[in-house]
Amino acid sequence: MPTNAPTAEPLVDPDLCDRVLAVALRRGGELAELFAEDRSTHTVTLEDGRVEALRSGRERGVGIRVLRDGRAVYAHTTDLSEDGLLAAAAAAAAAVRHHPGDPRVAILPVDGTARAARIPARSPTEVAAAERLDLLRRADDAARSTSPSVRQVRVGCTDEERRILVVTSEGHRATDRQIRTRFSVTCVAHGDTGPQVGTEAPGRTTGHELFATRPPEEVARTAARRAVGKLRAVPAPSGRMPVVLARGAGGVLFHEACGHGLEADLVDRGASVYAGRLGERVAPAGVTLVDDGGLADDWGSAAIDDEGVPVRRNVLIDDGVLVGYLWDRRSGGRAGRASSGNGRRESFRHLPMVRMTNTFLLPGSEDPAEIIRRTPRGLYCVALGGGQVDTATGDFTFGVTEAYLIEDGRVTAPVRDAQLIGNGPATLAAIDAVGSDFDTWAGTCGKDGQGVPVSAGQPTLRVAALTVGGTAT
Amino acid sequence: MTLTDHARALVAEAASGEQVEVYLVESRTVEVEVRDERVESFCAATDTGASVRVVTDGREGLAWAAHPAELPGALTAARANAAASEPDPTLGLPDPGDCSGPAVELDLWCDDVPGTPVEDKVALALALERATLGADPRIRGAEKVAYRDAATRTVLCTSTGVVVEDRRTACSVTTVAMAEDGDGTQTGWGLCARRRVADLDVAAAATEATTRALRLLGAAPVRSRRTTVVFDPLVTRSLLALVGAALCGDAVQRGRSIFTDRLGEEVAAGTVTLVEDPTLTEAWGAATHDGEGVPTRRVPLIDGGRLETFLHNVTSARRAGARTTGSAARPLHAPPGVAARALHLTGGRRRLEEIVASVDDAFYVQAVTGLHSGVNVVSGDLSLGAVGCLVRGGALARPVREVTIASTLPRLLRSVREVGADLRWLPGGAAGCTLVVDDVTLSGT
Repeated sequence: MPTNAPTAEPLVDPDLCDRVLAVALRRGGELAELFAEDRSTHTVTLEDGRVEALRSGRERGVGIRVLRDGRAVYAHTTDLSEDGLLAAAAAAAAAVRHHPGDPRVAILPVDGTARAARIPARSPTEVAAAERLDLLRRADDAARSTSPSVRQVRVGCTDEERRILVVTSEGHRATDRQIRTRFSVTCVAHGDTGPQVGTEAPGRTTGHELFATRPPEEVARTAARRAVGKLRAVPAPSGRMPVVLARGAGGVLFHEACGHGLEADLVDRGASVYAGRLGERVAPAGVTLVDDGGLADDWGSAAIDDEGVPVRRNVLIDDGVLVGYLWDRRSGGRAGRASSGNGRRESFRHLPMVRMTNTFLLPGSEDPAEIIRRTPRGLYCVALGGGQVDTATGDFTFGVTEAYLIEDGRVTAPVRDAQLIGNGPATLAAIDAVGSDFDTWAGTCGKDGQGVPVSAGQPTLRVAALTVGGTAT
Repeated sequence: MTLTDHARALVAEAASGEQVEVYLVESRTVEVEVRDERVESFCAATDTGASVRVVTDGREGLAWAAHPAELPGALTAARANAAASEPDPTLGLPDPGDCSGPAVELDLWCDDVPGTPVEDKVALALALERATLGADPRIRGAEKVAYRDAATRTVLCTSTGVVVEDRRTACSVTTVAMAEDGDGTQTGWGLCARRRVADLDVAAAATEATTRALRLLGAAPVRSRRTTVVFDPLVTRSLLALVGAALCGDAVQRGRSIFTDRLGEEVAAGTVTLVEDPTLTEAWGAATHDGEGVPTRRVPLIDGGRLETFLHNVTSARRAGARTTGSAARPLHAPPGVAARALHLTGGRRRLEEIVASVDDAFYVQAVTGLHSGVNVVSGDLSLGAVGCLVRGGALARPVREVTIASTLPRLLRSVREVGADLRWLPGGAAGCTLVVDDVTLSGT
């Protein structure tokens, strides 16, 4: 595989940055920001036992943002020549005039110190093609040997190295080098009741060190076991019932059910059910929700956010009481406070906005097995697909991809895929057991058309009542 | 250098026995979001993307870059990627015969998209916010009020002589209305998307958003039941897109489709005739050629309930022993896939209002959530969050939220009682229309 790795040179020459920022501010504005990005990606996939087309790419680009009175103008370009960058800056400056805003908004300086970028011992760009392909074949073999009913196996490995540079007209300058690896296995198993799918897709902010904790064989067996287990699945129940969420996967429920509603841009627009509720009890005692972009190598981790602000640990709900929101520089400016390090963007093509990083509920003290034993009837959810929320109403849905009936305090038959539906504030208030275990889940969070890597985590939890959308009555 | 010059220069580098394909995109975009009668954010950009695919002895490799000037490096990377992949004799560029047929002529470009002054585009967004907020005293806010446009040129060029240039414009206004009464907030989404700025209907988008939000005020869960469902055209559009994905040859061949081994069988009610036709100008995905440079054509997929054919690109057709249907999709970051561009149901005679008026007892589904996780096109299981209204005696009655609807895709298709005549083309690969489906499980309280 070609090593088209990013080089160690500055993404944009420092003198040129200054000239670009000066042009961007020519027509007014309090703050100009240059965001440069250099991203190299490698993807290998295997399906039907064959290594498919290898894919790789390198994308470099620059975005120039001017903030005036709390409003943003943005121009981005893939032309990184001096002329290209100055033209983009001029385009941003020209748009400032369309832009009367609220002159009371002041963007506060960046505070805090960023930790050093965490660079794994070996960049994935240095991994040879043969080594990547070996990972795929090991997973394929492991999945197929799990059960003869596994007929289709798809394995994929994507790794990327992303360098970013943020320079602002206030003199703030920050860089980061982010390396991410994700491995996914999808199996289709066939049985008397038709085919079923199982997927497992761990991701970490590191290189192929991922495989030290998640060997390809283990990931493959998890996906295969999930597909095979569902061959004897019964139709999912329908109606309201207690739901026990196993550690890890259920974190996405709280990402949807309350995390998005705590993003300050939505709060500020009145588009969140959590607006104006700071200091209020929003969950039972024992429920503490944290967003922390600085965890060692979780999928949503980095040294700085995409506005150059050091990431940090932000407590959002403390023992059931709402204590904080997530902020970027712009929403912080409107509220007279600094960013919490949550200004993120998908790429140089996008304006940053308030985003979660690694968001999780802290473990409590109850024995997970005991939580199930105390549940006479309900649903036990082990793996979840994607979710969705309307932050203005708090209503959310998310898909269950591995779940079991709970009957008489025991986990019994697997059930077919179904949605869970509920209301964020009501669901938080209905948490009635918090386990002592913990795990996380990696995913891509979408908001206004931008996807960013996030993780979600939680201990085993019980929600007293959620609506399960199956077909069994 | 023009895009085409860049592309031609690169494919000329193809070595003997090597097939090279270049795909280039250049788009000029404007995006304005407004709030409180002011511009909240403004983004203008000229964006580019370049992708190179190489096939040598059945080995395929792909590489991309952000700018056409970086094509030579991408070619080197694509060659190395091909060398490391494993061979498959079905891979490769189209055969000459695949590309030689006549192609439809389409004019999908309007000069007023790049040409309209930015001030006028901002004014459209501001007018939409005013129209949303002024529609009713119960509308307390408007979220994500935006104007967006794109003027996009693409070139597909191969070492086998294919050169397909495409240019198209698109513009849209969107708004989310927030309605409130004593019981809480409800939201409704409104959109108008056109190829010409002058055709944008701000009032229609505002009315759509506010009607949808106001209709849900007071919504609550209802008791679980089996029911007939009337899908709004916007919901039908999303469901058709999923059906379309399951009708793609590559998904079928890999056992990732409910339609595997069903060719020629009755897979839907007799009311269902599903057609893919990118030659229609009104289709948002209209195109003269597909992502491999093959002329597009009308493809009847399901005729009166019977499964007639699958969609194919060159590779899936070779594997099936069939001919490509001109249905290749070409992402920048992956080799050609198969995708529907202009899927729609035909044969409907009545619109939503007439259909509702004829229904005694049903659930009108205005919007669904969980589409990306709630529909499994392998097992066929379908479970979605839904909001809407009960239909009682031919009229919309009690508003409903926090319920799910569940069935399986095969059962849903077999239970289609009526297809509406109200086709609505929107960005995406499928058109919506009203759809009446029996025997759906509603889960509520």
